[in-house]
Amino acid sequence: MRMKFLALAAVALLAACESTPNDAANGANTGANQSAVRPGSAEDFVVNVGDRVFFGFDRFDLSPEARATLDRQAKWLQTYGSVTITIEGHADERGTREYNLALGERRANSVKNYLAAKGIPANRVTVVSYGKERPAVAGSGEAAWSQNRRGVTVVN
Amino acid sequence: MTTKTRLLLKLAGLSGALLLSLGVAAPQEARAELRIDITRGVAEPLPIAITSFAGSGGRDAQIGADISKVISADLERSGLFRPLDPRGFLQTPDQLRTGEPRYQDWKALGAQALVAGNTTTGGDGRMKVDFRLWDVAAGQYMQGLSYSASPQEWRRIAHIVADAIYKRLTGEDGYFDTRVVYVAESGPANARKKQLAIMDQDSENHQFLTDGQTLVLTPRFSPTTQEITYMSYFNKKPRVYLFNIDTGRQEVLGDFPGMTFAPRFSPDGNKVVMSMAQNGNTDIYTLDLRTRRQTQLTDSPGIDTGPSYSPDGQKIVFESDRGGSQQLYIMGADGSGVKRLSFGEGRYGTPVWSPRGDLIAFTRQRGSSFAIGVIRPDGTGERILTESYHVEGPTWAPNGRVLMYFKDLPSGDGRGRNAKLYTIDITGANERRVSTPLDASDPAWSPLIP
Repeated sequence: MRMKFLALAAVALLAACESTPNDAANGANTGANQSAVRPGSAEDFVVNVGDRVFFGFDRFDLSPEARATLDRQAKWLQTYGSVTITIEGHADERGTREYNLALGERRANSVKNYLAAKGIPANRVTVVSYGKERPAVAGSGEAAWSQNRRGVTVVN
Repeated sequence: MTTKTRLLLKLAGLSGALLLSLGVAAPQEARAELRIDITRGVAEPLPIAITSFAGSGGRDAQIGADISKVISADLERSGLFRPLDPRGFLQTPDQLRTGEPRYQDWKALGAQALVAGNTTTGGDGRMKVDFRLWDVAAGQYMQGLSYSASPQEWRRIAHIVADAIYKRLTGEDGYFDTRVVYVAESGPANARKKQLAIMDQDSENHQFLTDGQTLVLTPRFSPTTQEITYMSYFNKKPRVYLFNIDTGRQEVLGDFPGMTFAPRFSPDGNKVVMSMAQNGNTDIYTLDLRTRRQTQLTDSPGIDTGPSYSPDGQKIVFESDRGGSQQLYIMGADGSGVKRLSFGEGRYGTPVWSPRGDLIAFTRQRGSSFAIGVIRPDGTGERILTESYHVEGPTWAPNGRVLMYFKDLPSGDGRGRNAKLYTIDITGANERRVSTPLDASDPAWSPLIP
C-alpha cells in the first residue's frame, strides 16, 4: 500500500515539473530520502499522502483529484488518530487582499468539511487563511497561480 | 505580546506644543481673487515664487531655508503649483520683510503668487515662523500668518504653512501636515517580511513600528491619529489589533471565534468595523471600543468585507460576492437597507469613502489588469484614474482630493514582489511615486494632524 503512494507521489512530482498542478503533488524537496521517512510523521504525510489540493480561479469547490487526495489524507489521519492538523487556505495574487483572505478561509473550510465527512472530527482541525500572502510558487502567470490557489494540510 | 512586538522606535511626541497665533498686521485683503480652479483638471500649475524663510543668520537661516524647500516641495507635488527657481529672484527676503514686493519684477519672472517668510528664535528657545502671501498679478497682499513651535518641529511648521497657502489659493483644505502608515515589505515572495511603518506624507521622519517577526496587513488610522487598527498573524491567529502610536501598546480587538480582518474606524473613532470569517462565511461586524460590544451587521452566505463608513457615520460601503461576483454595496450603519452600488464589468473591491463624502474610491479587477477608480455614492460618475498589472488599496488624503495606493509589476522573471506607493489626483492627473526605504503596500493616510 505504501509503495503505491510512493509511486503516486513520484508521478505527481514529474507533473509538477511541467508546471501542471496536481492534487497529489506535495511540498518541495520531498521524496529525496524515502527510506528515512518515519510512518506517522509530518514528512510521511507530505511524501506518501500529499498535503495539498488545488482550486480553480475564485473557486472553493473540490475537484475529483482534490477529493482523491483528501480521501488519502482522511485515511492517514484515521490511522494516526492522535495527530492534529492545521489547514491553510491560500489564494493567487489576482485578487484584492481582503477578498483573498476570505477566499482562503473558504478553501480551508472546504477541506475541513470534506475531512469531517470522512470522519475526521473538528477538534483535531484548525483552519487558517493566508490569502495571497504566502504563495507556494513565485511568479506571475497561470502556471504559478494555479499552484498557489491551494489548501494545505499541515501536521501539527 | 507587548514586550515582543512593542514599538521599536518611539516617535517623537508632538505634545501639542504647536501654537497658531493670529495673522500678521494685515493690509486690506484682495477682492479680485487669485484662485486656482481645481474643480476641473488643472492643465497649467500656478507659478509661485517662494523666497527663503531664512532669518537673521546662524541656525535660523538654515532652518528658514529648509522650511522654504519643504513648502516648495509640498506645493509642487500637489501638481497644482509650479514653484519658480529662486536663483532668478530679484528681491531679497530682507527687502520683502521691510517693504512691499516689486510686483513688476515678480510678474516678469512669470510668478502669479509670491510667498515670503521669516524664521526667528526667541529668548525662550521657541521658534517663530511667519509668512505672507501676495497676488502678483493684482499687486495685492492676500494673507499672513505666524506660528511658534519648538525648533525641532520645523518640518511640521513648513507643512502647516504649505497647507495654509494651498487653502488660500485653492479654497480647499490642504493635506501636507499628515502622515502615512503602511506595510513595509522585504524578502522572498513565499516568506515576505511585512512590518508596519509610518512616515510624514513627504516620506520624511520614517519609522518602523513593528519588527517584521509577525505578518501584519492593512493598517488604518484612527480619526484621532494616535491609534492604528490593523491585522496581525500574532501566534498564527489572524486577528484585528489596535496599535497606539504614542505608547507602542497593542491589543487584540474583540473576542471572535474566527479570523478578523479588514478593519476601519468609524468617523468618530468610537468603533471599528471589520470582517469575521468562520466556517467559510465572512460577515461584517462592529466592535464598540468603549463598551467592547460586538454587533453583527451582515449575514449573507457570501463574502462581505472591506467595510468603510461614510464621513457622517450613517452609512457603510462594503464589498460582497452575494450577487455572484465581487461588487460594491452600501448599507445603513446598522446593516439595514443594503443596496448594490457597482454594476460595471469586472470585480470591485476595497471601497473607501472620501472624507468629504462625495466619492467612493475602489479597486477594480477586469481581465488581466487592476485599476483604481472612483464612483459617486449614488452609483453615477464612475471613473478609472489609473490602471496597471496590479494596483490596489486606495486611501484618501484628508481633503478628498488625492488618493494614495500601491502598485506592483509582474514578478515572473525572478524579480519577486516590488510594490511601491503612489499618489494621484482625483482627476487622474499627476501620478507620483512615494519614496519608501523598502517595498511598500497597504498605505493609509492620516487625517490632518491636530
